[in-house]
Amino acid sequence: MTMVELKNVSFSYDGQKQIVHDINLAFTAGTATAIIGQNGAGKTTTVKMMNHLLVPTQGQILVNGEDIHDRTTAQVAHHVGYAFQNPDDQIFNNSIQKEIEFGPKRDNLPQDQLQKRVQVAAKMTGLSEHLDEHPYNFPYSLRKFITIASILAMNPETYIFDEPTAGQDHLSRQRLSKIITQLVAQQKCVIVITHDMNFVAENFNRVIVLSEHQVLADDTPQAIFSQPKLMTRANIEPPEALSIARRVHMATRPLTVTTLVDALKSK
Amino acid sequence: MNPLIELNDVLYRYPLTRKSALRHIQFKVTSGMVMGIIGVNGSGKTTLCNVIRSFIPNFYQGDLQGTVTLKGKPLNQYSETELSQLVGYIFQNPFTQISGVKDTVAEEIGYGLENLGVSSKKIQKRVAKMIDLLNLSDIKDKNPFDLSGGQKQMVAIAAILAINPEIFIFDEPTSQLDPAGTTKIFKIIQQLKSQGKTVILVEHKLDLMMQYIDQLLVLDEQGQQIAWGKPEEILASFTENQTIALPTATRVYQRMAAQHLIPIATNKVPVTQDEIVQTIQNFQETR
Repeated sequence: MTMVELKNVSFSYDGQKQIVHDINLAFTAGTATAIIGQNGAGKTTTVKMMNHLLVPTQGQILVNGEDIHDRTTAQVAHHVGYAFQNPDDQIFNNSIQKEIEFGPKRDNLPQDQLQKRVQVAAKMTGLSEHLDEHPYNFPYSLRKFITIASILAMNPETYIFDEPTAGQDHLSRQRLSKIITQLVAQQKCVIVITHDMNFVAENFNRVIVLSEHQVLADDTPQAIFSQPKLMTRANIEPPEALSIARRVHMATRPLTVTTLVDALKSK
Repeated sequence: MNPLIELNDVLYRYPLTRKSALRHIQFKVTSGMVMGIIGVNGSGKTTLCNVIRSFIPNFYQGDLQGTVTLKGKPLNQYSETELSQLVGYIFQNPFTQISGVKDTVAEEIGYGLENLGVSSKKIQKRVAKMIDLLNLSDIKDKNPFDLSGGQKQMVAIAAILAINPEIFIFDEPTSQLDPAGTTKIFKIIQQLKSQGKTVILVEHKLDLMMQYIDQLLVLDEQGQQIAWGKPEEILASFTENQTIALPTATRVYQRMAAQHLIPIATNKVPVTQDEIVQTIQNFQETR
């Protein structure tokens, strides 16, 4: 089922320079998609339009089949949750508990349901032990998980995470992988902006490459990373395992450490 | 010759906390060395940078034990002005490094020099050079707050480079950058190294980091130093677990050894792409 659809969408801040130019994309339930591309390619602008933080200057955005043009951001946020690139643009409460429950509280959920939502979100993000703490006592990288938890607590159908891998250690990256897997298993639609190609290779079946404000490619990681010309044009580096495999002239194109070593073994 | 930076059994506790953020930190850095610091989030990497720059104890209270010397002189005998010229510190979060008092990127880059009383003619020359070096001419007249995360990170780096200190601390300088921007930063680190500058680098992108560092410090989740030495030697005694991440080269090597494709080395492992490529080529030849 299509959860979010962009039809001929363009966006400009000043009415002249197009930041997003004529984009057509559809995202379905039960899938995880990575959006990659250089700084300034239009990644954040594109996803901000999907939850109505920005309104397209041209084209149409459908969420669950309905045009969101005349909806409010608060209405759309029930269906599409967006965790900001800079957590400090999002966090404004003085405890993690309050930050996570802010969204669902406004829906007048019964207290027990509200607490259940907070608990589930805190558990998935590893924050269960820290609910009473002040968000700013946490390092930047962990504040990102607070923003993700507050989106999880809203329980929308579509989740957008904007550079959740930035500054994360290997444990946090594993936690992110698990969150994505869990959401996909619940038939949610997950969209992640990232610069971490090892993370892309390990966690996604679909990759969208944005370059110069347009969709340059939309395919599997295998297909994307096998096209050196495309990668150069979009300024993307291949996953480390693939770079190694190329240099030793392997016949296959492994994207992860596991597939690389398996290929070496079976040769 | 005195080591440039020396820490001796350093322990630090933040105010109002019981647990130490850093314990038993002990290492010597010589001039011209590039040193890496790794550890999971919350292991004290940034805290350690703050100690070396003396933000701890000058701006953060708490309990600091042990000694820190720069050029053989204890840190507390330096003035803040001396330190700002000697140690350049690029913060982890560029959103907090931008001064907020300057209207343009160019002025922001010159702000540190201005505070040090450098003549405006010299500042202009120096700022122009930095803008050129980091390709910032497109944004030089913009307000620093209108920039993307990646652009802010570049401006923060330009502002520190402009001061031309002897020691550079880079605390996750590429966290907001795309691969092109990341490569640019590492090229700058390479240049600094060739100019004989000393660099302390905190970075989660281990594959890249390993190509540039001479020595590696590993912190565990309790802020304790668990290893210090040449990366290819100290990583030989680790497997990837809750405490430590390993570069792809080392992970490939360990998997190959676990599957009996190659013998296990105990004293030295590949840590860079070049090194693992060599290992695989040797393995392919023996087949």
